[in-house]
Parts: sequence; C-alpha cells; structure tokens
Amino acid sequence: MSVPLALLGLLEREPSHGYDLKRDYDTYFGRGKPLSTSQVYSTLGRLARDGKVVAGDPEPGAGPDRKRYVITELGVTEVETWLAEPAEAEPHLQTVLFTKVVLALMLGRDAAAYLDAQRAAHLQRMRELTEIKRSGPLVDKLLADHAMFHLEADLRWIDLTEARLGALASEVGR
Amino acid sequence: MTETVLVEAREATLSFGRTPALRGASLAVTAGEILAIMGPSGSGKSTLLHCLAGILTPDSGEIRFDGRRLDTLRERERSALRRERFGFVFQSGQLVPELTAEENVAMPLLLAGVRRARALAEARSWFGRLGLDGLERRRSGELSGGQAQRIALARALVARPDVLFADEPTGALDSLTGEHVMDLLVTAARDGGTTVVLVTHEARVAACADRELVVRDGKVTTLTRTAS
Repeated sequence: MSVPLALLGLLEREPSHGYDLKRDYDTYFGRGKPLSTSQVYSTLGRLARDGKVVAGDPEPGAGPDRKRYVITELGVTEVETWLAEPAEAEPHLQTVLFTKVVLALMLGRDAAAYLDAQRAAHLQRMRELTEIKRSGPLVDKLLADHAMFHLEADLRWIDLTEARLGALASEVGR
Repeated sequence: MTETVLVEAREATLSFGRTPALRGASLAVTAGEILAIMGPSGSGKSTLLHCLAGILTPDSGEIRFDGRRLDTLRERERSALRRERFGFVFQSGQLVPELTAEENVAMPLLLAGVRRARALAEARSWFGRLGLDGLERRRSGELSGGQAQRIALARALVARPDVLFADEPTGALDSLTGEHVMDLLVTAARDGGTTVVLVTHEARVAACADRELVVRDGKVTTLTRTAS
C-alpha cells in the first residue's frame, strides 16, 4: 500500500484536515497498522512541496494544525495514473513454500509431511478468515476474500506439488 | 465434556471390480460436528461418504451410526435409516422436475407418512429461512442453480436429520452463490444441531467446517484439529 497515494486519493474525495485524513486512512486501509500522526503530516508536507496538494490557511480550533488540504490537478493526475496501472504480478513461487519443499527434497527430508503441515496451517487461517467474513462488515469481507483466494492458490500449488513430489525428488534429491 | 461419536468408519475397504476405492479408511465424526473430507479426484472421498451414509456397503471393515453397525443391516433397514435420520445434498440439486419446489422440499416428510397439508406447511417454513420466498410453486427448470441448491438443502433438512451428508454441495455454483449456500448450510446445521459430513475439493468450503481430513489412495491420511 502506497501511503502518499492513498492519502492523495482520500483528498480527491474531499478536502480534509490531517486528523480526518488519518482517521479515514486507518478506517479503510489501516487494517491494524494505523498511521502515526507525524507520518501523516510529513507525507502531506512532501505532497505540498511537490505541488500535489495545497494547504489552506490555519483555521481556528484545538490542536496544532487545523489546515485543510486540497488536491491539485497534478495530484489528481497522479491518482488517476496510479489507479489505472496494474500492480506488479509478484512471482509468488519464490517464497518460503517453494524453498522449503526443494530444500527438504535436497536434504532427503519428509517434504510430504511439510506440505501436510502447511496445508493444515493454510486451512486454519482460511477458517479464521471465514469467521471474519461471517461476522464482519463488507469491507472486511473483501479483504478476507482477497486473502482467501491467495491462500487457495497456495493450496492448489501444495496439492500439485504433492502430486509431483516423486518426480521432483528424483530431479533435486541427493 | 465427552464427545459422542455419531458416525464412524473402521478400516473400511471397498473395490469396484479390480479397482480399490477404499483401502482401510477410518474416521470418527462427533455429534454436532461439521467435518470436511478433502482429497484429490479419485482418492475415494465420495465413496467414503457413500459408505458412511449407507448408500454403499464396504467389502470389509465397519460403518457405524450412533453405535450401531450400518454395514450389516438389511437394505430395507438401511433405507429406513437413510430416510429417517439422514439428509443428502449433492453437487447439482437433483430435484424431481415434475414436482414444484415446495413439493420437492416436502418429499422426505411425505415419504415418512406425514400428511400432505402438514408436510407442505413445514416445507414452506423453510423458504423464508433460505431466502426462497415466492419460489414455492416453481419447478426445477424455472430455478437458478443457486436457488435449486437451496431447495435441495431445505429438502435435506426438512425432516430434521441427525446427519447431513453433502457431496460437493457448491461444486456447480459460482463463488458468491456457493458462499451463500454454505452460509445457509452451516447456520441451519448449527441451529438444528445437525452433524454434517461434507465432501469438497474447495478449500473455502472446507474452511466452513470445524475440521477437515484428507483422503488419499483410499485411506484417511490426515486429520487436523482446530485450535479452538
């Protein structure tokens, strides 16, 4: 998640004070990792410096900064471009799953047992996500869906790898 | 608290001709539990489900329901047990096309000798619960896949079975519809205290269960318990 672009996007929705931006970011994108106040203001400072937002005059009220931030045309263009670009498709196989299976086979260890343990862990996580989907708001369901589809992809890879263990062992085994 | 084993297989074997489908499969399902049986195609998971449900009889080993041997019962007794104590949901609803949706749902009650008016009234009570209001008089050709599967679910549960056997209950549905059907299945089973044995190749369906096991080459090879 790109914090500056997410904040810019929130500002495109409506001009906001830093405090409101932090609240909205934490609500929609924070997912247990809220932004620090200093991070919000330092990011807004950089966006202002780069001409992507402008800060209004200080407004009366409690707190040190009561400026309202407004996105500029440059900022809108940046958000538009970012939202139109696909994220890089990451090579998920180069992960710990792949490394563990290949290493286990190289070392003559029980790769099938590892895959079973990984399958159980994945299914347990999917069970937790299913519970979140059952009881949570729609935004949480969307995120849980995303996580579950990735876990399902891993599980399909685990199933296929299990079916290929014999062939793999003869290729990489010692 | 002691958990009561309701459905059990002990070293069940079964071959179709020379092809072994089960090679000593054992498992125990406790009362009220939702168990998912997973495994690759051809692993024997559906055969195991059919043995547990008394649809197939193993060549050797034992199948028990509520402490009684199921595999040694006469077909007539097994048939009565299936009718009175079990409910079934399959991949495609398998509704009777000549009957209306409410008649399909009422069928287990009608077969059990319940009067038609009462059976239909009981059947109709499931329509609102499963989001099927207004579909009571439709026939299967006038229902979407998701609607037909919910009708099948209502039919499986209308007689309040002890065990619901489900074989790929969402296999023919899209993700969202499948999720809806599983939500309804789990909720209805929990509400009614129904034990569920579910065969699926879909991880997200298995994740709705309390526990899953994996069948490989006709044997139950993995059994994992939830941390909760």
